[in-house]
Amino acid sequence: MTPIAKPRLHITQGSRAHGPFAPQIRSFRRHFLGMTGLVLVLTLILIAVLAPVIAPYPPDEQNLLVLRQPPSAEHLFGTDHAGRDVFSRVVYGTQIALTIGITLIVIEALIGITIGLLSGYFGGWVDLLFSTLVDVFWAFPPIVLALGIVTSIGPSLTNVMIAIALISWAPFARVTRTKVQSLRTLEYIQASQCCGATSISILLRHILPNILPTNLVLASLMLPTALLAASSLSFLGFGAQPPTPEWGAILNEGREYLRQAPWISTFPGIAIVITVMAFNFLGDGLREAFDPKIR
Amino acid sequence: MTKYLLRRFLLSIPTIIGVTLLVFIILFLAPGDPAQMILGPRGTPEQVDALRQQLGLDRPVFEQYLRWLGGVLTGNLGQSIAARQPATTLITQQMPYTLTLALSAIVLIVVCAIPIGVFSAVRRNSWADKGLSAGSMFFYSLPDFWLAIMLMLVFAIQLRWLPISGAGSWQAVILPALALGLPHVGTVSRLMRAEMIDVLGEHYIRTAHAKGLSPIHVNYGHALRNALAPIIVYLFLTIPWLLGGAVIVETIFAYPGIGRLMFQSILSRDLPVVQGILLIIATSTVVFNLLGDFVTAQLDPRIRY
Repeated sequence: MTPIAKPRLHITQGSRAHGPFAPQIRSFRRHFLGMTGLVLVLTLILIAVLAPVIAPYPPDEQNLLVLRQPPSAEHLFGTDHAGRDVFSRVVYGTQIALTIGITLIVIEALIGITIGLLSGYFGGWVDLLFSTLVDVFWAFPPIVLALGIVTSIGPSLTNVMIAIALISWAPFARVTRTKVQSLRTLEYIQASQCCGATSISILLRHILPNILPTNLVLASLMLPTALLAASSLSFLGFGAQPPTPEWGAILNEGREYLRQAPWISTFPGIAIVITVMAFNFLGDGLREAFDPKIR
Repeated sequence: MTKYLLRRFLLSIPTIIGVTLLVFIILFLAPGDPAQMILGPRGTPEQVDALRQQLGLDRPVFEQYLRWLGGVLTGNLGQSIAARQPATTLITQQMPYTLTLALSAIVLIVVCAIPIGVFSAVRRNSWADKGLSAGSMFFYSLPDFWLAIMLMLVFAIQLRWLPISGAGSWQAVILPALALGLPHVGTVSRLMRAEMIDVLGEHYIRTAHAKGLSPIHVNYGHALRNALAPIIVYLFLTIPWLLGGAVIVETIFAYPGIGRLMFQSILSRDLPVVQGILLIIATSTVVFNLLGDFVTAQLDPRIRY
């Protein structure tokens, strides 16, 4: 049984965050996993930016004298079947992974939020049409539908990204729609309608700012899913093509040498796990701070 | 309740129609002439034209769609180009393998995730809970393709405990099922923990404690029963995702199932088979969604629409 909480007196001490989201920022700072995630994500961004400085070799440089060497001081993660330094490839892979993840999430959010706004604000047949569309896309596990699309438009990293973006916007649309439906009935929206504000101006100026925090949380939770889908498809050979140092693609190249050189496939996998975990932790912290209700 | 379920059922019809349209359009847009592909490079233009007419490829798009849909409704997904067999036969032959795999993964999820979630909720904020929560996050972040390769490396190559690929013995299912199920153990145990914490905060739980019932009785007799309903629904929704994950896991372990069949059909551009598998997976999502609603309505008498 939970004891009744004592009323606590908040005393302002030292520097504190001010501004519109001060309580959320304070709550986020207390969230251990969330802060860990933030630090990890910032580190990953730093690694991506500084890749040319960190990586000891160019990612595509082949050295036939050091084929499939185990990890050593010279080659931290060993070398692959073409004598390339796996560490350098994994470091450069960070650039690709973050670019894929962020681009995908921005496109997904743009499509999803637009559809959610229209669907929730106008209701009626617009809502019915878009809701059915959301249900249809929701019915496919992302990887499966993306595979179908890639079969049609051909394998390449760009096509994989188009495929994933086209199908993964549904959660943004659903969350936005629900939120807009509850906002639409509020007095200040009705007041601006009375003042003669156009639907577009109401949507952009009064509703959009209110749905952004929820969508930000959703974006940080969806980014790892998008990243995993993209590298799964690269792993299957339908996305990034060799010699691109995309993590899924490196893993796939190393699969043939699993017995002799397991390090080729091990390290890019660890990089994926760390990245996905970093964003999951960050998303968890943001959710606790901004929107404890969505799971 | 019958009315509610009927309404849900009727609402899922436009979704299923949308799914068939989407699957048809995606592969309709694929480059290459199916008639030419069936005949191969040695087909003369006259033969190709004749086959196009026979297959109805010269008809308007919408007519082709209706024709395909008619076939789907009667269980005819078209002719596989690579195997020269009906696509339906190919898929139904491989289906039992995938179902065995998915079912094993579900058993794994239930056996691991539910006890972990309940334990974490009962001892919430203890060190054990924090450790288990971090562990769940870790499993949840594992890419299934990497997990599959690591399991293969450790248990098949290094330790030689389990077969590296194929099917036929019960041992062969273990590694694929682990690769498919473990990431979901993370998700489900987190969900179970959250639901259980919600229920443990309810008044009737306090009443049960107050009237002197043992904690075990309260936690497992009263709380768990009510917290389980959303988990069961979630498990229903997980099944189509497992079918999707099977594409990767089956391909890695060379396990015969519809996932690996889909992968091979994409490589050989065997569009009718790809279309059929896409359709089966998407339709099963809609059906399992409905089943989930049905089970919720059965388990939770408060739901009356």
